[in-house]
Amino acid sequence: MSKTFIALLSGIIFGIGLSLSQMVNPDKVINFLDIFGQWDPSLAFVMIGALFVTFISFRLVLKRPEPILEESFHLSKRKDIDRGLLTGAAIFGIGWGISGFCPGPAIAGLGMGNIEAAVMVVSIYAGFFFQKWLSKSSS
Amino acid sequence: MLIYLVQVFLVENFTPYSALFGGALIGLSVTLLLLFNGRMAGISGIMKGLFNAPENERVWRFTFLCGLIIGAFIFQSISPDFIVPRQGYPLWLVALGGFFVGIGTRLGNGCTSGHGICGIANLSKRSIFATLTFMGFGMLTVYIIRHLL
Repeated sequence: MSKTFIALLSGIIFGIGLSLSQMVNPDKVINFLDIFGQWDPSLAFVMIGALFVTFISFRLVLKRPEPILEESFHLSKRKDIDRGLLTGAAIFGIGWGISGFCPGPAIAGLGMGNIEAAVMVVSIYAGFFFQKWLSKSSS
Repeated sequence: MLIYLVQVFLVENFTPYSALFGGALIGLSVTLLLLFNGRMAGISGIMKGLFNAPENERVWRFTFLCGLIIGAFIFQSISPDFIVPRQGYPLWLVALGGFFVGIGTRLGNGCTSGHGICGIANLSKRSIFATLTFMGFGMLTVYIIRHLL
């Protein structure tokens, strides 16, 4: 089993999970974020389900000295709460609220032939490049 | 409190079980990637790296993203009526939202999967702060669009 195959398998399971949970449904996402309206709390259960698994599994996995197919774990070592983190998360939240898509469902939506997902993917990459250009020109 | 809870559970289209099970599948997926490849499955990071990671780090990113597409395709093929596509939402708003999502996830180093699931499971303080922030701003944005504008 290669890393490429594991990535493919992991992606497929992720894509099915996003579909079944309806994270790929922007109406559902916006109804979840609409806590002052007809709030639909369903998508909170996606996080509960995912964290229930990962809280246990990550602890078991990270007890290993290294992953099965790689020399070491690639984990972020940063601990600082900097302005970029919070500003970035805020901008992401605004975009998420406007569109109803976060990055995973935007990619997965391509597999459903969803035109909105295609627009999302292109504009997410436009945002990546814009942010890169912005950080270069400011430094 | 009780009345509020009852109201919540009477919401139309409340789907806690499929959400819970779908979430568990996502948890399984990120576990596989960590156990075998030693990687945190943060989708925005994987998307970014597709073009600017070192050459030998691009293939797995590509196959992971292909997997996302294939998984959704398989699901859609099996139950074509489960997800009703949104009708008539202005595409320019989708594009604007996507642009913000792109900027924000790069600046903040992650999105719903990287911070919200992997980071929180790892009890990363950065991820907990990021998740509270994007959830809060998402809710605020929807409030403004739906109830003020």
